[in-house]
Amino acid sequence: MLIYSQPLELTKFLAAIDNFLHSNFAPGWAIVVEGILVGAMILVMYALIALVMIYIERKIAAFFQARLGPNRVGKYGIFQSLADMIKILIKEVIHIKKADKFLFFVAPFFVIVSSVLAFGELPFGINLHALDFNIGVFYLLSVSSLGIIGILLAGWSSNNKYSMIGAMRSGAQFISYELSAGFALMTIVVLSGSMQFSEIIEGQRYCWNLFNGHLPALIAFIIYLISGHAETNRGPFDLPEAESELTAGYHTEYSGLQFGFFYLSEYLNMFIVAAVAATLFLGGWMPIQIKGWEAFNQVMWYIPSWVWFIGKAGILMFISLWVRWSFPRLRIDLLLNLEWKYLLPINLVNMLVMVMIVLSGFTLTDLFPALFGN
Amino acid sequence: MTEHIIFYLLAFVITAFSILTVTSKRIVRSATYLLFVLLATAGLYMMLGYYFLFAVQISVYAGGIMVLFIMAIFLTHKPGKRVPIRQGWKLGSCILLSVAGVLLCGDIILNNVVGVVQYIEKKELTMQEIGTTMLGTGKQQYLLSFEMMSILLLACIVGAILIARKTKTVKNVPNETEL
Repeated sequence: MLIYSQPLELTKFLAAIDNFLHSNFAPGWAIVVEGILVGAMILVMYALIALVMIYIERKIAAFFQARLGPNRVGKYGIFQSLADMIKILIKEVIHIKKADKFLFFVAPFFVIVSSVLAFGELPFGINLHALDFNIGVFYLLSVSSLGIIGILLAGWSSNNKYSMIGAMRSGAQFISYELSAGFALMTIVVLSGSMQFSEIIEGQRYCWNLFNGHLPALIAFIIYLISGHAETNRGPFDLPEAESELTAGYHTEYSGLQFGFFYLSEYLNMFIVAAVAATLFLGGWMPIQIKGWEAFNQVMWYIPSWVWFIGKAGILMFISLWVRWSFPRLRIDLLLNLEWKYLLPINLVNMLVMVMIVLSGFTLTDLFPALFGN
Repeated sequence: MTEHIIFYLLAFVITAFSILTVTSKRIVRSATYLLFVLLATAGLYMMLGYYFLFAVQISVYAGGIMVLFIMAIFLTHKPGKRVPIRQGWKLGSCILLSVAGVLLCGDIILNNVVGVVQYIEKKELTMQEIGTTMLGTGKQQYLLSFEMMSILLLACIVGAILIARKTKTVKNVPNETEL
């Protein structure tokens, strides 16, 4: 592998911190301090990305609806979500009577912990990768399935009909669409032959998985975007919190920071879905590279890997917002029909097709090794 | 050192929440405590470096079975009702049975398992190794049991569908009283 100059990468900076810690602490303590630093960075990033996304979403939503959006706090309203955050932090947390207080308190934590665990596994760039399990994709699917328990408990412990209906809807929706999301990701695992994020990205150096697996990969990509969208309870699939029927669904009774947890994790789950789709289908942080065009490749490496990652995820998030403001909401039975009668059978057949394509060598890297092979 | 601290923390969580699971008076709370027990067990697998089983434990038990548990509890009559713990010989026999179970399991683990099981030296198992072990036909490979389990699950699904299926509506033959 050629070593390109990567002026804006954080690799050297991180190595310098590592050196500093190891020269000043005992080896065990250096690792402890590094673990704390990484954890703190992940939490800070988590909050920051949510703030930025809330602002961007409000602006884009305003754009789609031909209005201005937030424009009072700061130039173009860029400090609006910061002001909202301060407001939500100082609001009173209201405990309701005749409800199970312990479960009511514990429910938001399930939601946010599962989303932080999934967030911590994302590969943000070269060496910006906190966890790199050899079962990366599977780990991501398993921890993100924890969140639904929080939603169910929140709905039940609120002691409120609307919350309960919202939670049950959310549960049915999440369990169904998780199947599709899992199968779509497994299709790509078949294609790239690994579950480890770093290996999957390395395998997409000259040819993204989306093109490498052509037809089945494209179908898997579309199915993943649909089911990821449905899992995050957004867009045309926001039945659990249908305002006109259920006031606000499972988080009707929550206020202040506890509501903030649900709100934050919803936005971050959207980011996680977009980021996973970008990593598995669009090459993750790997810049666009064409075999043989050395000068072009080098220019592409000047753009740091984390910019590529955020950019790819950003495009997918824009598509998700576009879908959100373009399609009407589905009815609950239609929603479950879509999953069980259409997406799941298509997905199973698609996985079989992918296995056959990989085994018989019809992927682009196998067909044109001179152009795309690693 | 750190491993010991983490292990005792997890062991404490498992024991405390196991006891809370059986002593809690409300069934939804019991289910939640059981979930904590399962998650802490997943933590033990992670300490062993067996990440695959860690992810399986979380996705199957915490993400799958507990969600079904909670949903099923919601469908029961008054899930939030406090149910008092039964006193008398039932409580006594339960305690007796569980102590006997602990002794039996402890004896098996301490004395008998060591002779049969061989420990693997490797820290991390890859997905490929697990896959070939599950679907291989050689020595110490488990294709037969894997397939047996899938047939069992298939039978369960067919049975569940048969029970939940709507019965054919019998044509309403008007009886004489209505005529």
